[in-house]
Amino acid sequence: MRGAPLFNWCIPAKAGIQSGHEPRERHRALGSRLRGSTLVFVATLFAAFGAPATAQDRLPPAPYAYQQLADPAKEAKAKALMETLRCLVCQGQSIADSDAPLAGDMRHEVRTKIAAGESPDAIRKWLVARYGNWVSYDPPFDGATALLWLAPLLFLAVGLWLAFGRLRGGGGGEP
Amino acid sequence: MRSRWVLFVPLAIMALLFGAFVYRLTVPAETLIESQWIDKPMPLFDLPPATGGVAGLKSSDLADGRPRLVNIFASWCIPCRAEAPQLEALKAAGVPIDGIAIRDRPEDVAAFLRENGNPFDRIGADVQSSVQIALGSSGVPETFLVDGKGIIREQIQGVILQDDVPRIMAKLEAMK
Repeated sequence: MRGAPLFNWCIPAKAGIQSGHEPRERHRALGSRLRGSTLVFVATLFAAFGAPATAQDRLPPAPYAYQQLADPAKEAKAKALMETLRCLVCQGQSIADSDAPLAGDMRHEVRTKIAAGESPDAIRKWLVARYGNWVSYDPPFDGATALLWLAPLLFLAVGLWLAFGRLRGGGGGEP
Repeated sequence: MRSRWVLFVPLAIMALLFGAFVYRLTVPAETLIESQWIDKPMPLFDLPPATGGVAGLKSSDLADGRPRLVNIFASWCIPCRAEAPQLEALKAAGVPIDGIAIRDRPEDVAAFLRENGNPFDRIGADVQSSVQIALGSSGVPETFLVDGKGIIREQIQGVILQDDVPRIMAKLEAMK
């Protein structure tokens, strides 16, 4: 593993070069939606982050980034899957929610695979094999997540134990 | 006597939680997502040339017996410029380097090579990031160390620094 601070991901570095990785944009999404006085806000944002203005590609989005599949059933499958896949460069958003180019390219990838008849499960597995469970909002049951899945049962057991203790002890009166 | 101490348990739990939140707010979580596609063969792809005068890149090019670097870059990526001298040094030392240009236009790639030099034997154009996704890569620049059989042995996320050059050369040498 390499030094952490140099490769800070999502926050654009003050002088581009400081960040090892290029955060794959966020500004295009802002630009297309905001107008008028909000431009001042955007300008402030740019000033605040000092993100290099050239640090975004000039290609149009991939065909299926913003275009639905013609078959509604397939589109529904793709949409459901995309909502449970995590955007890699705008962490905390699903690829369905993000306007980052990489998220758009991933939507294109998902829709293309669905259109070709692949199952959502297979596509999720395909991505997990590359990015790890991190990319999925549907964590599997394994060593790392066992506590997560079992905690409700655990708390229920503790609650029952306390409740029964209280009820049984209640007859004996307070010490 | 014991029951009085029990009263403090919720406060202690709250203090712990508060401490945990403050910690995470001040020390953000490590957000690098490493590729899991390591010690696996290069995914199959056949990318057209990213710009005139340099050949495109297909996965079968990467299994010619020589260990090499596959560098994921883009002309719009500013850190990639900082990486150029190190790639030049590796190239000069005889390391074969192939490139994959992400979401790029031919004229921009040409300008990038003019300004920063061209250490690449071939450059494939990955217009929709499909090869990048198939590699489990999430940004630029990234560099994959690939052995002579086309098996990916390591992923380097971020800029290759001067200090990294000897280690990379030693690792590639060991793969021969």
